[in-house]
Amino acid sequence: MTCLPQNASRVKLGLVIDLDICVGCHACAVNCKEWNTSGKLAPLTDIDPYGAKPDGVWFNRVHTFEAVDEAAGTSRTVHFPRSCLHCEDAPCVTVCPTGASYKRDDDGIVLINTDICIGCKLCSWACPYGAREYDEDEGVMKKCTLCVDKIYNENLPPESRVPACVSTCPTGARSFGDLGDPDSDVSKLVEARGGYALMPEQGTAPVNRYLPPRPKKVGDGMAPRMLEHHDDSADGAGLLARWVDKVLSV
Amino acid sequence: MSVNPFATVKEDVDLSPEVADEVKCTTCYMCACRCGIRVHLKDGKVRYIEGNPDHPVNQGVLCGKGSAGIMQQYSPAKLKKPLLRVGERGSGEFKEIEWDEALALATDWLGEVRMRDPSKLAFFTGRDQSQSFTGWWAKQYGTHNFAAHGGFCSVNMAAGGIYTLGGAFWEFGEPDWDLTKYFMLFGVAEDHDSNPIKIGLGKLKTRGEAKFVAVNPSRNGYNAIADEWIGIRPGTDGLFVFALIHELLRAEKIDFASLARYTNATWLIIENPGKSDDGLVLRDAKGNPLCYDVKKKRAVSALGADISPALAGSFTVSKKKVTPVFELLAKRYLSDEYSPDTVAGPTGVPASTIRRIAAELAKIAFEEEVVIEQEWTDSWGRKHDKMIGRPVSFHAMRGISAHSNGFHTCRAIHILQALLGSVDVPGGWRNKAPYPKPIPPGPRPSGEPIGPNMPLEGMPLGTPEGPEDLLVDDLGEPLRIDHAYSWEYPMSAHGMMHMVLHNAANADPYSVDVLFMYMANMAWNSSMNVPGTLEYFTAKNDDGEYKIPKIIYSDAFWSETVPYCDLILPDTTYLERWDCISMLDRPISSAHGAGDSIRQPVLQPEGDVRPFQDVLLDLGARLGLSGMTDNSGKPKYPGGYVDYMVNHERGEGIGPLAGWRGAKGDKHGRGEVNPNQIERYIENGCFWSMTLPKSQQYFKCANKDYLEYAASVGWIASSEPIIHHLYSEPVQKFRLAAQGHGKRQPPEKHRERIETYFDPLPIWYMPFEEAEIDRKKYPLHALSQRPMHMYHSWGSQNAWLRQITSANKLHIHVDTAASLGIEDGDWVWIESRHGRVKGEVKLITGVNPQTVWTWNAIGKRKGAWNLSEEAPEANKGFLLNHIISEVLAPGKDGQRYSNSDPVTGQAAWFDLRVNVTKCAVEEAGATEPMFERFPHSPGAAPAAEVSRYGADLKGKPTGKQAPLRDWVGNRHENAGNVAGLADGKGNALKDGDK
Amino acid sequence: MHPAKSVIYFTTASGAGYGLMVWLAVMGALGYIPADRTFGLVAFGIAFFLIISGLISSTGHLGRPERAWRALSQWRSSWLSREGVLAILTFAPTGIYALTWVVLGKNTGLAGVIGLVGAVLSLTTIYATSMIYASLKAIPAWSNRWTSVGYLVLGLMTGSAIMLGLQSVFGVGHSGLIIKLTTVLLALGGFIKLCYWRSLGAGGARSTAESATGLGTNGRVHMVESPHGEDNYLLKEMGYKIARKHAQKLRRLALVLGFIIPMALVAAMAVIIPELSLALSLLALVSVIIGLAMERWLFFAEAKHVVMLFYGQSEV
Ligand SMILES: Nc1nc2c(c(=O)[nH]1)N[C@H]1C(S)=C(S)[C@@H](COP(=O)(O)OP(=O)(O)OC[C@H]3O[C@@H](n4cnc5c(=O)[nH]c(N)nc54)[C@H](O)[C@@H]3O)O[C@H]1N2
Ligand SMILES: Nc1nc2c(c(=O)[nH]1)N[C@H]1C(S)=C(S)[C@@H](COP(=O)(O)OP(=O)(O)OC[C@H]3O[C@@H](n4cnc5c(=O)[nH]c(N)nc54)[C@H](O)[C@@H]3O)O[C@H]1N2
Ligand code: SF4
Ligand code: SF4
Ligand code: SF4
Ligand code: SF4
Ligand code: SF4
Ligand SMILES: [Mo]
Repeated sequence: MTCLPQNASRVKLGLVIDLDICVGCHACAVNCKEWNTSGKLAPLTDIDPYGAKPDGVWFNRVHTFEAVDEAAGTSRTVHFPRSCLHCEDAPCVTVCPTGASYKRDDDGIVLINTDICIGCKLCSWACPYGAREYDEDEGVMKKCTLCVDKIYNENLPPESRVPACVSTCPTGARSFGDLGDPDSDVSKLVEARGGYALMPEQGTAPVNRYLPPRPKKVGDGMAPRMLEHHDDSADGAGLLARWVDKVLSV
Repeated sequence: MSVNPFATVKEDVDLSPEVADEVKCTTCYMCACRCGIRVHLKDGKVRYIEGNPDHPVNQGVLCGKGSAGIMQQYSPAKLKKPLLRVGERGSGEFKEIEWDEALALATDWLGEVRMRDPSKLAFFTGRDQSQSFTGWWAKQYGTHNFAAHGGFCSVNMAAGGIYTLGGAFWEFGEPDWDLTKYFMLFGVAEDHDSNPIKIGLGKLKTRGEAKFVAVNPSRNGYNAIADEWIGIRPGTDGLFVFALIHELLRAEKIDFASLARYTNATWLIIENPGKSDDGLVLRDAKGNPLCYDVKKKRAVSALGADISPALAGSFTVSKKKVTPVFELLAKRYLSDEYSPDTVAGPTGVPASTIRRIAAELAKIAFEEEVVIEQEWTDSWGRKHDKMIGRPVSFHAMRGISAHSNGFHTCRAIHILQALLGSVDVPGGWRNKAPYPKPIPPGPRPSGEPIGPNMPLEGMPLGTPEGPEDLLVDDLGEPLRIDHAYSWEYPMSAHGMMHMVLHNAANADPYSVDVLFMYMANMAWNSSMNVPGTLEYFTAKNDDGEYKIPKIIYSDAFWSETVPYCDLILPDTTYLERWDCISMLDRPISSAHGAGDSIRQPVLQPEGDVRPFQDVLLDLGARLGLSGMTDNSGKPKYPGGYVDYMVNHERGEGIGPLAGWRGAKGDKHGRGEVNPNQIERYIENGCFWSMTLPKSQQYFKCANKDYLEYAASVGWIASSEPIIHHLYSEPVQKFRLAAQGHGKRQPPEKHRERIETYFDPLPIWYMPFEEAEIDRKKYPLHALSQRPMHMYHSWGSQNAWLRQITSANKLHIHVDTAASLGIEDGDWVWIESRHGRVKGEVKLITGVNPQTVWTWNAIGKRKGAWNLSEEAPEANKGFLLNHIISEVLAPGKDGQRYSNSDPVTGQAAWFDLRVNVTKCAVEEAGATEPMFERFPHSPGAAPAAEVSRYGADLKGKPTGKQAPLRDWVGNRHENAGNVAGLADGKGNALKDGDK
Repeated sequence: MHPAKSVIYFTTASGAGYGLMVWLAVMGALGYIPADRTFGLVAFGIAFFLIISGLISSTGHLGRPERAWRALSQWRSSWLSREGVLAILTFAPTGIYALTWVVLGKNTGLAGVIGLVGAVLSLTTIYATSMIYASLKAIPAWSNRWTSVGYLVLGLMTGSAIMLGLQSVFGVGHSGLIIKLTTVLLALGGFIKLCYWRSLGAGGARSTAESATGLGTNGRVHMVESPHGEDNYLLKEMGYKIARKHAQKLRRLALVLGFIIPMALVAAMAVIIPELSLALSLLALVSVIIGLAMERWLFFAEAKHVVMLFYGQSEV
């Protein structure tokens, strides 16, 4: 049913991405591709892989932005991974004519049944976040599965039962958990850091949250603006004289 | 299937598909960081590679490159068979031959040379992770013409460190990520310790209380997440650091006690201008350095305990005028020349910022010390009841070292650390085993040729202590083909691979007969002056013979260099071979303890390829090299490299692998050979690691228990304390020679240069290229940086990685571009004094306005890596290497020095100066120079138009389902932020989950 | 948005087909056109051809056309599904009506009622088509009130232009009425298009690079490094860009060819010698078709998708 789950469980699985520490290394994007190319939506096809216009299916892509405040004369660089936000009001689900695009009742993961997808691409038009990736070769739509075949997978050791992008992230910028449970670790993290949703005005109610980059600590009173000099004579003659008398016991 | 068109099909998702038939641990080599990996194998193919959570280096994480291992394994550019050149060099025409023929040919060539003069073999091994093995092979062969890539990489950082602190940045040390409160990162985009740095930065930022300052002309990657970005002008960090030192001295924010204990600040330096002992350390008869005891009022051994050494003043001892190092140092850096106001101009860092950073350093170091309640004993037997640390830490890499003034800048950063008392202390920067080592660590470079068919006496690379250790002939001319350890670059501790082709083609100082290379793309991104280098490869004598007569090369892929070589020995991939990441070269230790690791073959080699290390041992045995053959002349390691890894002994009980030694496998570090050692490594995930007792984890340079342990396992020769050298006596010894003292003196032409640049205390001078050129004509600095998802040239054959970056752009500051009339997306000429390249522009604000930069090694040659002719890498991507000269402008007497640091021979990649101009409309869209295309590798299959990798590896359903768990990135650190989070890195389990 | 030919054809052709269907039903049922069999055969032939070829063309846009039938299942939520269901439903009354007209020669009375039901369904189908686009919030150029009005009016307008042409060719029916109707619809269509285009420029951005990234508190946001070197699906599908100047020119052309010239030609029919009216009506039709193809091309090409905010656009 492409209508959104009516009696959805309160479990809302999602990712939390800390923009304060993401260094833009693309590990999450590549590891995602690596897991998922044999995962539920296998393969993550690559077209022209060694040619002029290599292009493939990725569930996660890392952008770099600059935010420039001309008035304040400041600017900063922010790395920004982008993947499916597993929206609560997912328009990609409601527009789908076939039921291929759906949101799971149990945990809110938005998935695609590629056995019935007709490749009309409408869901990709409906998604404001560019999270849907069309597999030109198979003629069907694909997207982040939240690693549904990894997080519950009994064939993997417990420490591997997390989305690939999360377990691989070298800086620990990515977290995963139940954002529907206000007491979960991720919810607390979001709460503590003022995590936010992307483009709330689109009315999609994303589950994923981004943690904002923290304000820069440039001379924020952590120390006096300069040290007190003990001697300002040219070339420190006075200081050297002081040090001659310095007795150190070693 | 229901065909009711109105029915909704409900999917039954398989939550627990089978993943793999088998999971094998090994070590990643998508870069040199040495992370532990778990390779999931299905139907004999790689299903998934993930980080090994138990591994000390990466703790379960994997970077973008490591995650793309599958596509490296199935790269269409893989070599499949030994190749023998049939066309001209560079034509790419080869015939495939059998291994027997290849090895016989190589043995022939190498044997013939060895019989005449072993030093006519130049053996250079690039990105080698087995240098203790390849260096040993060179020694047994008898050539001193051996080095790996360190000379063009970061020998400044290595030498600057080991001559100052007895250890270096690279991956040989690390900030105390858990305790540091102020972290400064100089000139790093990615570095060798890639995942540990990322893990560390994540921890540090998540803790939230520490400040992270990035000093870098560019603000991407790590630098983007710094709390403060200092967009310094390239090549001026020395001045910036001196100004910080200036400020700290003026305010007396110096850890005097630590200086007196752990550094040579108190050592007395002889002031006897013009005489042969000027600037040397005053020593007693036993050779102990002396200091002046202000209580006893006489000179005493500076190594003793219970002394009251003077830091300043001038004394007369044994009729010699002597001054403590500290006074010399203070005098120099207190000078107005290094005041924040003076350096603000050249560095582009406002004086107020410099003053503030100095104040912050002082505040954190001296007011926020961290204390660990842990007893320890110093080298003098004094017990300390706690460990007190100044939580300031630094890390630096090529942004500092790849300049011609880099050695001194590296030393300056280490001296700043020492002045703050933050070396090897809680919260500071810490050595990893086997460091620290004595200064200099020795052994000395070995190289006096012994004669035909003879091995060298020692290892070809080492650390010189003075002129007597140089490898020069009676006239003072270089003995080595790369001129390392000559008067031109006396302390070139890693050799100078970047000069080999230039020198060999110019027979300077002589021609070589065979050039043997391994894992280095010398015809492309690892050479300066690519167009010139290609000429060196192909230059011929009048008789039509190549000037470099024979070139043997081992690569695993169809790189730009393969077509320029004569005999190709195809290597395996990292998933197909044994390797050894040894305590004898670049181990996997951390500051907490030591570790080493192995690679095991997890896949059968595809194609008729052999591991290079096996091949080297085979060649060694065929050549009858000692150490590789037994008494009867049979191969000593018939089992190949893995046989060597287990059975070779370098010293007594010391082998390539330190773990599970001894017949029972119960000895670590030192012990007899254990025939079952490899099994133990495999059982343990292919690595061995040990944690030092807490009491040995800090103050290692003078920690009695640590030093005794380190000596017992052979990391260092003795347990003497390792005193940091603020003042470098070895450097002064070279200067004295230049001033006309001692048995060995430089030829006249080098004297002035050595006298100028061999200053025992760090100096700053304008980088050579900048000083030589017309700065108005070439107003901009041009830099390259490593993209985190690409390893040099390896990455572009990787179907996944090249989708991220397939062509590089030139990044220019918006204001600079505006002044040049350049817009985003324009094509421009980037012109240096040496040549010009064309590329596309990207405008940004996060860059020093006098600097332009691009990603390193993205540009490719047409035909290389079996990419299609239209690949963006070859049509839009460009290399700055084309316009970097490998030599400086000729001097007065026509002498052309390498474009390198005058002390260490470090290649000065980042001294490049350019001007940038918009190119004509019809020139836009394609890069230049574009070198002639060469064909794809022999027998290469046409590249796939579509890759569906993994479609057939999708696992069968098993109908199981595991319970869910939360995962918070860095759980431990988040605990500080969010009450109630569980401890441990994210993979800790919730109660009752197991 | 990438202006795919199949979708441009689908929307214009099926719109025109349903428009024609509406006028056939209304005018037939109300007795303005006699149930002329040849006329009926040709007119319904054209209407069905446009509708069916439009639907077939729309499947040309599908990755898996052989599964197109599955698109009927989600009528509860999906406008595309509703459109499919409605299109099929519409075939029933319109088909019966066509048969009674062509076979039985009847188009009023009960047949007329069936025809009117078909007309209502046809309009609903056009509406459903329009809602496929109008429901996409991520494309503000579509998700506004003008989209549906535009589709409906332009459908009826092309329908009536075809009707006018047919009536001229066959000389059946009350041509004065259809001339007036067409003129009014052309004027209305042009007016709606103008309003639509005005609304695109006005009203400010709904989403910005700042809201897309949430980084607005740090200043103006722009992308400096794309996640991939070459165009991916998103950029190919949604990154279509036309120069402002070019768009302005095309808008003017579309307006002139699609509305103004046909209006002049149709108006001329009323005053000029009847012998020329056939030529004039056909010319008008050709002009409408060209103009509308441009209009529809612009409808796609000019529409910006908010995802481009992640790829360098500052507002959508
Ligand atoms: N402009 C500019 N140039 C630079 C630098 C810079 O910053 N700017 N950096 C310099 C530095 S620090 C370095 S270290 C060099 C690096 O430059 P290189 O040492 O040339 O490094 P790679 O490009 O990685 O090439 C190594 C070669 O090893 C081959 N190879 C890969 N895997 C294997 C294997 O398993 N076995 C064998 N036998 N071969 C293999 C690859 O195919 C490739 O041909 O570049 C230097 N060049
Ligand atoms: N992903 C990836 N990782 C790698 C490699 C790779 O190719 N890819 N290569 C490995 C190798 S061989 C090496 S040597 C290491 C090198 O690792 P890094 O030292 O990180 O090397 P670079 O990428 O050259 O980065 C140099 C940085 O210094 C800055 N810089 C340049 N000049 C100056 C200066 O004068 N002052 C300051 N403060 N900064 C300056 C540049 O802007 C750049 O950010 O990385 C290793 N790790
Ligand atoms: S892996 Fe982590 S640090 Fe790297 S780009 Fe992804 S989120 Fe950022
Ligand atoms: S991010 Fe896009 S694809 Fe994912 S649920 Fe939301 S609308 Fe759908
Ligand atoms: S492309 Fe597939 S998943 Fe997307 S809307 Fe169409 S049928 Fe549904
Ligand atoms: S959750 Fe899984 S599928 Fe989604 S982006 Fe992360 S790794 Fe990819
Ligand atoms: S840093 Fe990345 S590429 Fe390098 S060894 Fe580790 S995982 Fe492999
Ligand atoms: Mo390097």
